[in-house]
Amino acid sequence: MTVVAPDETPIAQQRQQRRRLWLLLAPGGLWLLFFFVLPLLIVMLYSFATPGPTGNVIWQFNFNSYITLMGKDLYFNAYYRSLWVGLQTTVICLLVGYPLALYMTLATPKQRNLLLFLVLIPFWTNFLVRTYAWMIILSNNGLINELLQMLGFAKQLLYPSTGAVLVGLIYGSLPFMVLPLYASLARFDFTLMEASADLGAGRWRSFWRIMFPLTVPGVVAGSVLVFIPTVGQFVVSDLLGGSKVDLLGNLLQRLFTRSNPPNWPLGSALALVFMFVLTLIVIIYFRTTTEEDR
Amino acid sequence: MKEVHVTNTSAVVLQQVTKRFQNVTAVDAIDLDIRDGEFFSMLGPSGCGKTTTLRMIAGFEFPSSGVISLGGAHVEKVPAHLRNVNTVFQSYALFPHMTVAENIAFGLEMKNVLRADIKPRVDAALAMVQLGNYGARRPKQLSGGQQQRVALARALVNRPKVLLLDEPLGALDLKVRKEMRSERKRLQQEVGITFIYVTHDQEEALTMSDRIAVMNQGKLLQVGSPTEIYERPSSRFVADFIGEANFIDGVGTDIGTPYCTVRASNGLELQGMLQGASSVGAAVTIAIRPEKLRLPVQAPQNVRTLAAKVQQVVYIGSDTRLTVRLSDTITLDVWEQNIRSTLDRDAYWQRGEQGFVTWNPDNALILTA
Amino acid sequence: MIDVPVPATRPPNDNRSTVGRRILGLHAWLTYIFLYAPIVVLVLFSFTTDTFGVRWTGFTFEWYLRLARDSRMINATINTLWVALVATIISTVCGTLLALAMERYRFRGRNGMDALLYLPIVIPEIVMALALLAFFSFAFGLLESLTGIKLRMNIWTVIISHVAFCISFVVVVVRASLKGFDLRLEEAGADLGADPQTIFWRITLPLIMPGVIGGALLAFTLSLDDFIISFFTVGPGTNLLPVEVYGRVKRAITPSINAISTIMLLVSMGLVFLSQFVQRQRD
Repeated sequence: MTVVAPDETPIAQQRQQRRRLWLLLAPGGLWLLFFFVLPLLIVMLYSFATPGPTGNVIWQFNFNSYITLMGKDLYFNAYYRSLWVGLQTTVICLLVGYPLALYMTLATPKQRNLLLFLVLIPFWTNFLVRTYAWMIILSNNGLINELLQMLGFAKQLLYPSTGAVLVGLIYGSLPFMVLPLYASLARFDFTLMEASADLGAGRWRSFWRIMFPLTVPGVVAGSVLVFIPTVGQFVVSDLLGGSKVDLLGNLLQRLFTRSNPPNWPLGSALALVFMFVLTLIVIIYFRTTTEEDR
Repeated sequence: MKEVHVTNTSAVVLQQVTKRFQNVTAVDAIDLDIRDGEFFSMLGPSGCGKTTTLRMIAGFEFPSSGVISLGGAHVEKVPAHLRNVNTVFQSYALFPHMTVAENIAFGLEMKNVLRADIKPRVDAALAMVQLGNYGARRPKQLSGGQQQRVALARALVNRPKVLLLDEPLGALDLKVRKEMRSERKRLQQEVGITFIYVTHDQEEALTMSDRIAVMNQGKLLQVGSPTEIYERPSSRFVADFIGEANFIDGVGTDIGTPYCTVRASNGLELQGMLQGASSVGAAVTIAIRPEKLRLPVQAPQNVRTLAAKVQQVVYIGSDTRLTVRLSDTITLDVWEQNIRSTLDRDAYWQRGEQGFVTWNPDNALILTA
Repeated sequence: MIDVPVPATRPPNDNRSTVGRRILGLHAWLTYIFLYAPIVVLVLFSFTTDTFGVRWTGFTFEWYLRLARDSRMINATINTLWVALVATIISTVCGTLLALAMERYRFRGRNGMDALLYLPIVIPEIVMALALLAFFSFAFGLLESLTGIKLRMNIWTVIISHVAFCISFVVVVVRASLKGFDLRLEEAGADLGADPQTIFWRITLPLIMPGVIGGALLAFTLSLDDFIISFFTVGPGTNLLPVEVYGRVKRAITPSINAISTIMLLVSMGLVFLSQFVQRQRD
């Protein structure tokens, strides 16, 4: 890849280059500036404002919202629950996804393309629709309960429940875990496994000491891609968990749209704190696991 | 320095070992008896099955049929990590996420050697390959030759009975390769264990080995010492693969001792030593190595000579390589050492000159395969 | 859209560790069943006569016919397609230009721009959705107090929001395809007398077209399937398909939802096949 540095050409050319660069950067850049950066700044603004009685916002600035956040158990619990759900989903996706990615790597090229394709298809379909599919399966007269009845067991209330939410989340996030894992495994040098065996390590030890450490970039990428959206979930917890499962996303949704009255400043504060905590976790995770390139 | 002696006990024995991959037979019923303390090379072109054989001894592949014994015990079904052999891989396979010292210590860790004992052994291994201060480095910081030595140390530190080396010098450039050859041999003699060495470079095999096994297309063609393989090849392939040789096709006309007679395609009657069994009328090939031919200026008395015309002269410096034509169908390569100074104009041949070529029939091999 | 990486070294084969391999295989198949069973069930039960759509009691096209008569649903579908189309066009153009800038030029804010471009991809969707909601509220409020014009959330606020998150994805895809671009082709064009505009339209663009189309397809799919951002930025007056489906799902499970879901699935899968097809052309 060769890069043209604008300051290497004569003045007239230079101005031309500069103009062209601006032309390229302007549409997308301005769009993102106005409709991405600015909105985030406005959220920050709102977080310092005061909620009005009818759900409007009074422009009196203070830290009240943040104080409320720190005070009420409700919010801490929502955090913990969301982080916990996020962690569970990530770990299970890892446990399910790694062997699958390994299987894909060991398959023949033709098989591999098919397997990858099959993982991609659910990835591209509507998340809502897929969650709805689980509602059908888990409902009182749905497949699983029918099966249980056939086998002589009583009907179970499968959803709404935390378990159902977990299943729905894992279902939606699995492709996000498998793809980066596969990419990492595809770059892995399998001769190293032979060397490990040659030196006396059985299959399990070889996996732990050689394969896993060297595929950590894939594990990290997959984990981040699963963890972040999961913690911010509200659809799955809403549909499959109902009021039993209250995650951050549900809380945010309520504060902004469903409460009576809505409380935007509080919601904004919550959203910002959420982003901050999440970013912190991700940075720490990155730092502690990807130091091999130093 | 420990005096090395190749014992009579077998370190590795292969009996009728065959390996089939789907519809390809990579290794076809080979028998090998590799002795303790030996530097044994497996030589052949790419795809001949030598690497597959090595991998079966290491345990990375299981034979389709046949028996593999290590130190007397049958191991053909034992997985690699339970065998007491170690391998130096062609790509070195050093663990990139570990330091050099950690790489070398790995095998010891797997055997649950005490932590206190690991460090001195690792240091000793590093010293043995002359990389004493490199313990804390990462593999990617080392040159190819250094990585190779780390791979060697990593294998040897485990004190295996047998060391397997898969074309370990292949990726290095010529000068480094030559240096490592003598180092390798010295090391083997110092450590005293059996080395099984796979290569396609015959010069390497000839310089380092106690015995060589020549393979082609999955079959074992000949096993013998370097001199045996070189001077008494059992087949045309072996004669051609190792060193250079002139080949003259013909038909056997007389079987006698010590020499047999062959009529060449142009009617010439030549004599030589029969390798293997043949009968009158069978098609055979005579092989003569270029350095065994002589081009005396005057036809010597009492020795059979053939008229030859010099076609081409290539000056190598230490020797001169000539191509001479005996007849329309037979040309021979002749290598003459430049014993006299080549500045002397009449010391060497020119194109077009006529001479006589002669050889000792002891050096003419009649090959049946 | 996603290149299948090929393993660098030959993975171990045949006879060794067949038990391990079989377990892996079993696990893989079970996982695939887990991934596809819900989809199969969903599609199957769009044809059931059971009014709750959770059991099989008979075959019928009833629900699809009802869909065809459902004006709200049809309206929602048209709106969703329209939004996706417009958002795709805008984000593809913006994204492609950005990708060209990032891959071809060195400039002072390049790293910052890089980070900015990745943010929409890693940020939790709900935060972005709420931020957009806040932004539009604020903007409309300001507009009203300054000029008296009252604006509400409408289809354009949705489109604008979709573009905001699609641009980054387009950039990623187009940049990937730009990395393999041979600049000498452009130099050849210049050598033959073409000016920069001509070079761009006649040489550069046609060559990166597969990547651009890949990015466009990605944007289109993301927009079609988007729920969270649409949910918060759509106003009371417009209806969008995912939002409409969500509303109905909250109320009751009926097979007509299965029916519309099946249609949505088919469209998505069609797009995946299309994108793979385009990729094959590129190779």
